[in-house]
Amino acid sequence: MSMSHTTITVDRLSKRYRIGAKQQRQDTLAGSVLDLIRRPMTNLRRLRSLTTFSDTDTEDDTIWALRDVSFEIKSGETVGIIGSNGAGKSTLLKILSRITQPSHGTAVVNGRVSSLLEVGTGFHADLTGRENVYLNGAILGMTRNEIDRKFDDIVDFSDVAKFIDTPVKRYSSGMTLRLAFSVAAHLEPEILMVDEVLAVGDIRFQKKCLSKMGDVASEGRTVLYVAHNMPAISRLCQRAILMGNGQVVQDGPVHEVISTYLNSGLGTSAMREWPDLAQAPGGDVARLCSVRVAYEDGDIADTVDIRKSFQIAMEYEVVTSGYVLLPHLYIYNDEGVCAFGAQDLDPEWRGRKRPAGRYVSTVTIPGNLMSEGMFFVDANMIVVEPFIFQYWSRSAVAFMITDSLDGDSSRGDWTGHMPGVVRPMFKWTTQYGRRVPEKVAAVR
Amino acid sequence: MESASSYVPEVPPFRQSGVIGAESWRLTSKVAELWQYRELFYFLVWRDVKVRYAQSVMGVGWATIQPLVPMILFTIIFGRVAKISSDGVPYALFSLAGLVPWTYFSNALNDSSGSLVKEVSMLSKIYFPRLIIPLTAVLGRLLDLAISFVMLFVLMAWYQVMPTLSVVALLPLLVLIAIVTASGLGMWLSALAVQYRDVRYALPFAVQFLMYAAPVVYPTSLVPVRFRYFYALNPLVGVIEGFRATLLRSGPVPWDLIGIGSASAVVMLWFGAVYFFGKEPVFADVA
Repeated sequence: MSMSHTTITVDRLSKRYRIGAKQQRQDTLAGSVLDLIRRPMTNLRRLRSLTTFSDTDTEDDTIWALRDVSFEIKSGETVGIIGSNGAGKSTLLKILSRITQPSHGTAVVNGRVSSLLEVGTGFHADLTGRENVYLNGAILGMTRNEIDRKFDDIVDFSDVAKFIDTPVKRYSSGMTLRLAFSVAAHLEPEILMVDEVLAVGDIRFQKKCLSKMGDVASEGRTVLYVAHNMPAISRLCQRAILMGNGQVVQDGPVHEVISTYLNSGLGTSAMREWPDLAQAPGGDVARLCSVRVAYEDGDIADTVDIRKSFQIAMEYEVVTSGYVLLPHLYIYNDEGVCAFGAQDLDPEWRGRKRPAGRYVSTVTIPGNLMSEGMFFVDANMIVVEPFIFQYWSRSAVAFMITDSLDGDSSRGDWTGHMPGVVRPMFKWTTQYGRRVPEKVAAVR
Repeated sequence: MESASSYVPEVPPFRQSGVIGAESWRLTSKVAELWQYRELFYFLVWRDVKVRYAQSVMGVGWATIQPLVPMILFTIIFGRVAKISSDGVPYALFSLAGLVPWTYFSNALNDSSGSLVKEVSMLSKIYFPRLIIPLTAVLGRLLDLAISFVMLFVLMAWYQVMPTLSVVALLPLLVLIAIVTASGLGMWLSALAVQYRDVRYALPFAVQFLMYAAPVVYPTSLVPVRFRYFYALNPLVGVIEGFRATLLRSGPVPWDLIGIGSASAVVMLWFGAVYFFGKEPVFADVA
């Protein structure tokens, strides 16, 4: 398998959907009766129009879910597709997995494709776990021999071995999901297309799923991956395609594309400014001017390499002289867990009354401290003595920490989920030998 | 990173390379694709059969009761009260021999017509030849047919009726005609129902009408001779009369009816396929 072989070629792919004509309302009784008689005819026209498109169609009656999308994916590439809801990601995947057909344009797909738009497609509640594994396996494109061979692995992975001969309707939803995912996880396609499969189930299982995806990617298969989970995309994919309004907005290295996405105004970005002091958060003493997340060389950093140190800078204007101020930050992850708070400890201004003017308080956060994922920064200011609250700007800025698979972060060679809001690099030693070292023995 | 495992996955010949977009369909490629997906086809038929009588006390017993209850009803109303001719065969046996293939056909048509709408979640999540869905419904009812045959044979033994030897060759042919007819109509109606849910409401009437347009409660000999060939355009006419001739010795095998019925069934299959494959590309968008 040559690595540069083109696996997927998408050429000016477009897809038009009809959103349905507006319903007319009748206000008079006579109008309603007349409408009732006419209804079957209008219904027929409406239903017929679902499958027919003409040039006279108005733009507000139809939408272009995809418009002139072109790209190529080479064998062995892992490509993430990101974009907000309605950007056309799912439509693209549906066309590539042949569920629906494009209105214009073509796509060429070379290789055995497995598409996972959901897990457990075709599961039947009255069938046992065992029966559903075979059925779902066949639906996903496995042969009977293949399922026979992998059956034990599938059941082991799912942790439902005890109930494998029980009808699935007696399962908890979590068990059903685990079994369904296990089947999907044992597919061995040349090209894997996954859409939002991870959006279901508990966090722990999502992570298990991600690590399995990581395995697939590292085995040199071609993976097309759609999700909102930015850390996962950044870890699994080298390349990302950002879609917006049915078109390709950007196609390139994953970190650049994610940073474009985060800056596109949809989420909070790594820098925010309040140019008008009167409108800015703050009280009578201090007002917030800007907050930014940047590398030490000053580059704004939406995505931060877990190994590198970076800075969060809060700029503020002291409008009234003579108060002791305490600038501080709270940092939350995307589950709302506070990772830590940090307050300005600069000895020069600690406990000292400040004259009016512009200040920038900068905290340097070392590399290999925080875990990967999205983080949101609250920028806060209080007057210490007497206590006067100034501002608390919730989620003023956001940034993403990405962990690499290079092996030199605290992740090491592990590609799966690591828990915790921090991920420091510790020193580890291992002693080997029959005799327990005296120090350890003493503790016992 | 670690080297990829040396295990080479078995690559079955499906879901291979293809150009997506602006496709036209060819019958040969559709049939070839159906063959490639035969295991999925098998599993879906198996699921259909397995699930149908799940969690019911009578289980497959319902397959015997389904033709039996109308038989009793018809025997009383048409046999005793209306005294309709039954070509010299006991009326109970006469009507059951009609009801066995008819019940199969109407159930198969019913299941098949609603099948695409029922499986819409699958249609919108994964690719496979959509044709499998209506055909699964048609084939899934064959087990019911086999079971209802048992009932028919029991009744034949009760009345001491011996089938003719031609039963071995003719019965499979007649069942095949019923399968082809149900498939053709099922393909058409299932594709139609995806777009127009009216099918679901209109079908019970149509099936009722079709039953009286077939010789279930009366013999074909009551149909005026000049309408005989027109009447035979309903493939079930040949099937039911063939059943009676070969199983109950009600008369000579009506080859004319069977021949016309077969031709008509093939036309229906062709029409159903053309409509189905024409609409197939938009199933996921419309349903």
